Amino acid sequence: MGTNNLLSLIIFAPLAGAVINWLVGRRLRNERFIGVVACASVGISTLIAFYLAFKPDGALRATQPLMDHLWTWIQVGTFRADFGLAMDRLSGIYALFITFVGLLIHIFATGYMHGDRGYYRFFAYLNLFMFAMLTLVLADNFLLMFVGWEGVGLCSYLLIGFYLDKEEAAPAAKKAFIANRVGDWGFVLGLMLIFFMTGSISFFEKKALGVTSALTAIGNLPIDGFGWHAIFAGGVTSIAVLLFIGATGKSAQIPLFVWLPDAMAGPTPVSALIHAATMVTAGVYMVVRCSAIYTHAPTAMFIVAIVGAATALFAATIGIAQNDIKKVLAYSTISQLGYMFLACGMGAFVAAILHVMTHAFFKAQLFLGSGSVIHGMHHEQDMRRMGGLRKYMPITWLTMCAGWLAICGVPIFAGFFSKDEILWKTWSGQIAGAPPALGKALWFIGAVTALLTAIYMTRLMVMTFWGNERFREKTIEDSHGHGSHGAHTPHESPWTMTIPLIVLAVLSTIGGLVGVPYALSSLTGGHPENYFERTLEPAVNSVPGEETNAGQGTAELHWLTPPPQEVDGKPAFAPAKRSEAEAVHGPAEISQERLFTLISIMVAITGIGIGWVMFQKQPLRQMPRLLEHKYYVDEIYDAAVIQPILVISREGLWKLFDIGVIDGLIHSLGRTVVNLGRTIRHMQLGFVRGYAAIILAGALIIIGYFAYSGAHVLRFLVK
Amino acid sequence: MTPQLSWYLALSAVLFTIGVVGVLIKRNVISMFMCIELMLNAVNLTFVAFSSFFRDVSGQLFVFIVMTVAAAEAAVGLGIIIAIFRNRESLDVDDASILRL
Repeated sequence: MGTNNLLSLIIFAPLAGAVINWLVGRRLRNERFIGVVACASVGISTLIAFYLAFKPDGALRATQPLMDHLWTWIQVGTFRADFGLAMDRLSGIYALFITFVGLLIHIFATGYMHGDRGYYRFFAYLNLFMFAMLTLVLADNFLLMFVGWEGVGLCSYLLIGFYLDKEEAAPAAKKAFIANRVGDWGFVLGLMLIFFMTGSISFFEKKALGVTSALTAIGNLPIDGFGWHAIFAGGVTSIAVLLFIGATGKSAQIPLFVWLPDAMAGPTPVSALIHAATMVTAGVYMVVRCSAIYTHAPTAMFIVAIVGAATALFAATIGIAQNDIKKVLAYSTISQLGYMFLACGMGAFVAAILHVMTHAFFKAQLFLGSGSVIHGMHHEQDMRRMGGLRKYMPITWLTMCAGWLAICGVPIFAGFFSKDEILWKTWSGQIAGAPPALGKALWFIGAVTALLTAIYMTRLMVMTFWGNERFREKTIEDSHGHGSHGAHTPHESPWTMTIPLIVLAVLSTIGGLVGVPYALSSLTGGHPENYFERTLEPAVNSVPGEETNAGQGTAELHWLTPPPQEVDGKPAFAPAKRSEAEAVHGPAEISQERLFTLISIMVAITGIGIGWVMFQKQPLRQMPRLLEHKYYVDEIYDAAVIQPILVISREGLWKLFDIGVIDGLIHSLGRTVVNLGRTIRHMQLGFVRGYAAIILAGALIIIGYFAYSGAHVLRFLVK
Repeated sequence: MTPQLSWYLALSAVLFTIGVVGVLIKRNVISMFMCIELMLNAVNLTFVAFSSFFRDVSGQLFVFIVMTVAAAEAAVGLGIIIAIFRNRESLDVDDASILRL
């Protein structure tokens, strides 16, 4: 366990930035000062994260995580939660792209938010978000992770509702917060169950402090059976399912995805940072972090895979019919997150994280590109009023092309490798106990989604950058009364915005090369495992099947406990892994994987072709109404959940219970006292002699009682 | 014929009853006050009588306490009576049936 005090600086630098901007920036109101503070604080985090990850014994190379135990936060009985940070290979990769993409988005935002009255507020929130997100990722136990989890939720809420004068912003912010709260319910229950089962909530073992690892403890348990009963048995499967409920809230999966499209009411850099690149992938992070739990719960894996695939397809079909440029990207994000969960469900945790990373690049690029378009179009978001923008915004256009090709899965671009890997792992993967055709069926859904993705992204690009210049026209259906914006000529954005675009475009282009699958790299004589797999594989559990037949699996899986040297005379896990990798990459497998790569490429190119043909001539083509209205999910939720709750609250809880029972109880109590008083106050005549008579009567009654029952009742007076 | 205990008790009962009836039927505050004093002294009489007959001095001690309290009560009571008289220009208790004027 390497201790490193620099680790805490990664999270506290943005916090300091937030505090400075909140206290000083709001007085100075100087955009340059605020921007420099915000970017510098994230810049410090970025530098430290890169240093700690890549230094010779850094997080990505060492076998043990870098740890920093700041203080013991809660200690009650056997329950212990530390404020401790840990950077292992998984959280290291997350910290790298969060800080780096975050830095670029901060720089972009200094240009995008120029002239906004809430400039200081925006950057204070944004920095606070970075603090919370990095806490989430670097936390070394579930409870501290939950603090970050809630912190990003809070910042998301604050930033979605950032535009105080925007009508839809406040309800959207509330919606996001409440949908996340539903998920948090699952997360907290899962957390409690973990503590009950293992007596620990820490991810890592900390010998010096006497802390055991909850994940190792669960890793040593037998694998749960497959079946619905396992979900409610209160075992590992229950934990996994409850945690996944938390992930569906944070990562916008069915059924809790509805908040993410509405969250686009926030400023575009926020959408890029929080609702595309980082926060929404927290659910994936959590699932991968808990891979020890998931690999022991095939039922939960099954659910994760099904929900992921369903969400991917569902959101892609909606995305194809949206006209708001940010809404398309929002549904695209939901769809891509679905891919990540599909990969997790099929046990391809490394592929999921690779996709998280490439997605962070290209989706941040696309969102920032759309932000640049919106900025250049003077806050016009409707693609029906765009068109032909490549002449006016060449840099935005070119860089967005990189993002577009990346998300479609065109070879060389980042999205290609990760998506291809996911689809291949889905096809070849197998969940213990699930129907064997599951992987094939899910692969088909994934491939259809990839096709749809290519179509809607091509539609977005065509509607925005090619075709007629529709922003001059005023004849287009004008439902929102934004017609006046058409008068402006679009302009290219300032350098603060284009530089991040260019950097992200480069990353979207080459960022996938760290994860080239063996089937392709072997064409040029590559290593059996690519850099990304080599880095990450030891940090996560691999497919559940492997574990069942490999008895030594547990020791190998929990790379934190055993040192990577000789274990019982056997070589350490790395060579074992390689031989396994060779077993997986048999010649037949490799040729099959190459075939599937070809299919993926075909799908991507077909999708782009269809999109081009469909929308090049007719960009305003009427889309199916069902899709345009998002399958009426919001309406269904409103009728099925929100209205019943409102009615039950209003009629039942408020009018019946609160007014009837609680108020009724209190009022009737008061009324009884009043009535009693009204009756007996007639005794209060005000005449002294009346009182005297009453005293006499009382005295006579007492004396009469004693006289009647005999003096023996007074015996206690005499000894 | 030597005096019996019952004589004293009978006298005391008579005095007490006169006091009670006086408090109930008199409307003049000072008369009521005197009736209260009468009741107190009727009780004093029983104390003294019992004390004498039982050869126990504690009854007489009690009488002193009662007389002390009665004196204090008389001082306070007369003060109140004067205050009422100043306010209402009347010594009729029924005129003082309400606290406010």
